[in-house]
Amino acid sequence: MAKQPGWKDIPIGGLILEGGTAVKYETGSWRSNRPELDKNKCTNCMLCWVFCPDSAIVVRESKMLGYDLEHCKGCGICARECPVKAITMVEETKFREESNG
Amino acid sequence: MVKGKVVALDGAKAVAEAMRQMNPDVVAAYPITPQTEIVQTFSQFVADGKVDTEFIPVESEHAAMSACVGAAAAGGRVQTATTSAGMALMWEVLYVAASTRLPIVMHFVNRALSAPLNIHCDHSDSMGARDAGWIHLFAENAQEAYDNAIQSVRIAETCMLPVLHTQDGFIISHGVERLEILPDQTVKDFIGTYKAEHPLLDTDHPIMVGPVDLPDFYTEHKRQQVDAMEKAPQVIRRVGQEYGTLTGRTYGLVEPYKLDDAEVAIVVLGSTAGTSKVVVDALRGKGVRAGLLKLRAFRPFPAEEVVVSLKDKAAVAVLDRSMSFGGQGGPVFLETCAALYNGGGRARVINYIYGLGGRDTTPDQIERAFQALLNITTTGKAPALLNFLSVRE
Repeated sequence: MAKQPGWKDIPIGGLILEGGTAVKYETGSWRSNRPELDKNKCTNCMLCWVFCPDSAIVVRESKMLGYDLEHCKGCGICARECPVKAITMVEETKFREESNG
Repeated sequence: MVKGKVVALDGAKAVAEAMRQMNPDVVAAYPITPQTEIVQTFSQFVADGKVDTEFIPVESEHAAMSACVGAAAAGGRVQTATTSAGMALMWEVLYVAASTRLPIVMHFVNRALSAPLNIHCDHSDSMGARDAGWIHLFAENAQEAYDNAIQSVRIAETCMLPVLHTQDGFIISHGVERLEILPDQTVKDFIGTYKAEHPLLDTDHPIMVGPVDLPDFYTEHKRQQVDAMEKAPQVIRRVGQEYGTLTGRTYGLVEPYKLDDAEVAIVVLGSTAGTSKVVVDALRGKGVRAGLLKLRAFRPFPAEEVVVSLKDKAAVAVLDRSMSFGGQGGPVFLETCAALYNGGGRARVINYIYGLGGRDTTPDQIERAFQALLNITTTGKAPALLNFLSVRE
């Protein structure tokens, strides 16, 4: 992780002096379950995009392409709301095992 | 020097008058005895069109301080008033105001906390908030309450810390005294205009106020508050000097009274400082080298002044108008001892609890405290550290 600024180098009072900074905060490390998309079932209805609280559904030209895993916290709302059950939540440890593997 | 107008006002009305002269952008407050007279008088000024203030009559003190936080974050000059249980209900938001570094001014009246229910003066209420991060000033009389009200705005906006300045409930808040009030224009010029550096309403420069602060940054924000409090004494002295040049009434963090050659001394804050001065004068008349250190600032605690003033005294009694149950004495006592210990003081220091729930504090009680100090100097033996000036056995 990059060196964090000291107390003299940050705005007082916890102020954040610009907008849109949530993108810089990578909350993906909080995740214990990862959503997996079955593209064969997906109808690109965009309900996952509507419901995702972290704006972590990647969409281009009206197509659901996958997830922004740097920000997806693994809450599972997309999987629950998907009307065609194209999304399943998989334990994050599975991917660890694979990558270690 | 500006010529003030001599008036007869109680402390609450004097502060309401200062608020009228300062014409804050927003006042959010809820009535509670014995502070009600401040808000009531000020709301009449609002109703009569004598100020431009947006007055928010909220449903509770928690809401009052929350509205103040919002208005101050928006960039306004913001004030409120409360006492006792009202401050207790503000508790959570007191910390938010200080930690968000909002220069809110609270006109405060000291009153005991329940139970049993008591509406009279002691310092339990604001002393309980001593770690909330607010600058904390005490007044001896209505004149000082008026003067502190005006200086608080400058201190707050320079330090970017909220300031609460207090007056003793009923004793000052409802006791009519002679005092001098400044011309409106003088007050206006003294406080100047306030321009927030990062107002929330500046939509061209969007900011976020009050985000979640996780372990990776919280300590750094607390460290900044320590820094601000460390710089506050200089600001309080500078503003007090400037106010003195203007009015002839100069303020610092403490007021030593006949202390230079004193052998025994009392430390006290609030209205009892006035009573104690009378006792010091009487004892001096009898040849006793008695002195007094009045604290005006409790936060930041004037450790430097306390050490310089008291370290060579033979014996010192610290008067506390509140308790810290299970602690080793009242809050003023503990701070004084800590300052003297670290500053190399050799004084024997004892603690007297006095005036709880509005119990009258009379000159003969103060004299007894001095007598105890004189006994220490002659016998070398101190009584218990924690004593009461007036309690029935």
